Amino acid sequence: MAKVPVQFTLNGEEKAEFVDSGATLLKVVRDKLGDTSPKSGCNQGTCGACSVLVDGELRLSCLTLAETCEGAHIVTTGGLAKDGVLHPLQRAFMDEFAAQCGFCTPGMIMAAKALLDRTPDPSRDEVVEALSGNICRCTGYEPIIRAVLTAARANSQNAA
Amino acid sequence: MPLALKTYSTVAEAGSALKAADARYLGGGTLVVRAANEGDLSFSTYVRSTDPLLSAIMVEAGVVTVGAGVTMAAVARHPELTAIASAAKAVGGPAVRNMATVGGNLFAAAPYGDFAVALLALDATVHTTAGYLGIDEFLAGRDSSDAVVASVSFAVPAAGKFRFLKAARIKPKGVSIVSIAAVIETDAGGKVTSARIALGCMADRPIRAKGAEKALIGAMLTEDGVAKAVAAVGEGTSPITDAIASAWYRSEVLPVHFRRLLLA
Repeated sequence: MAKVPVQFTLNGEEKAEFVDSGATLLKVVRDKLGDTSPKSGCNQGTCGACSVLVDGELRLSCLTLAETCEGAHIVTTGGLAKDGVLHPLQRAFMDEFAAQCGFCTPGMIMAAKALLDRTPDPSRDEVVEALSGNICRCTGYEPIIRAVLTAARANSQNAA
Repeated sequence: MPLALKTYSTVAEAGSALKAADARYLGGGTLVVRAANEGDLSFSTYVRSTDPLLSAIMVEAGVVTVGAGVTMAAVARHPELTAIASAAKAVGGPAVRNMATVGGNLFAAAPYGDFAVALLALDATVHTTAGYLGIDEFLAGRDSSDAVVASVSFAVPAAGKFRFLKAARIKPKGVSIVSIAAVIETDAGGKVTSARIALGCMADRPIRAKGAEKALIGAMLTEDGVAKAVAAVGEGTSPITDAIASAWYRSEVLPVHFRRLLLA
């Protein structure tokens, strides 16, 4: 299988790899770069567990070819905590008990981050809409929605 | 089977590369990479183009040309496309809308392809590497096409002329039970002078409701006025059956949703 060079940043770190042509971003991030925070769920673009930010936009890494991310800035849940301090979204997900099995959580957090980066003070409906591409089979969604709203409040208090 | 990605700087070059039997055009990846992930062995080469025209939206004299690589999210937020934003927002969740393209939606098999339903109602023209095609003709021949879609163009409907409805079981977002798009013109007295109605999920691809279009001409958009069109909306349809709904169920609910769309 032909290998092709790809360079991008992953959570702020420069990465340069030879990857299989046609390999998905999910496979490269998990198997080559060792960041297993994006999950391989359905591989069909249905569950949202593989969600990452590519240049600030929410994308499904299972349906994105790594080669198309040349020069891009990729952010995953694995890169959110800084110096051992959790991101407000991670903290809120813990406080609100928004994770049970936890498989959907990294995707949920990325979808929530994509929302809060553009809409720091979202309505409940905006949160529901922002999470509409992510499936959770444990929580019934309510704790997740609460967590995102809590994180938004925490952010606004920090900014004040 | 190993897969390879080939990138071309122009649509024309990508069009030539797509003539190869093992090639498939890669837009946003929501259909083609999904197919590869599911084990589709009918292709081994992804072909894509980075032509800037593919991601352009141009509005000139009331006619918009949308590049085939424009995403649903880009359509939904474009200030001059607010009249049709509802159709772009109906597609997928936020991540899918950031990836799924206008060109790709034209090839999406039911129950997907809600935006193509809108394009059919809008009487869009599809610009491909094989020339310009009306959308009816394009959709009919899409399975055997080896051309690359470069853009679609259509007259931007005046506010209130374009109607769109997607019925799904999951709120706020789910796969379509049925989607309906309509462009309806009325005279000063409120009588319908022209109607173009497109249905999603009522065949393997978007189709026109020609019986209902005909029955609407001269009618008022009232409960009584639309009755004949509502009765005719299922003519010539052969709905899909999937995990969301059976063909029977889709046939039963189509007139209900169509009436709601007309009376909204």
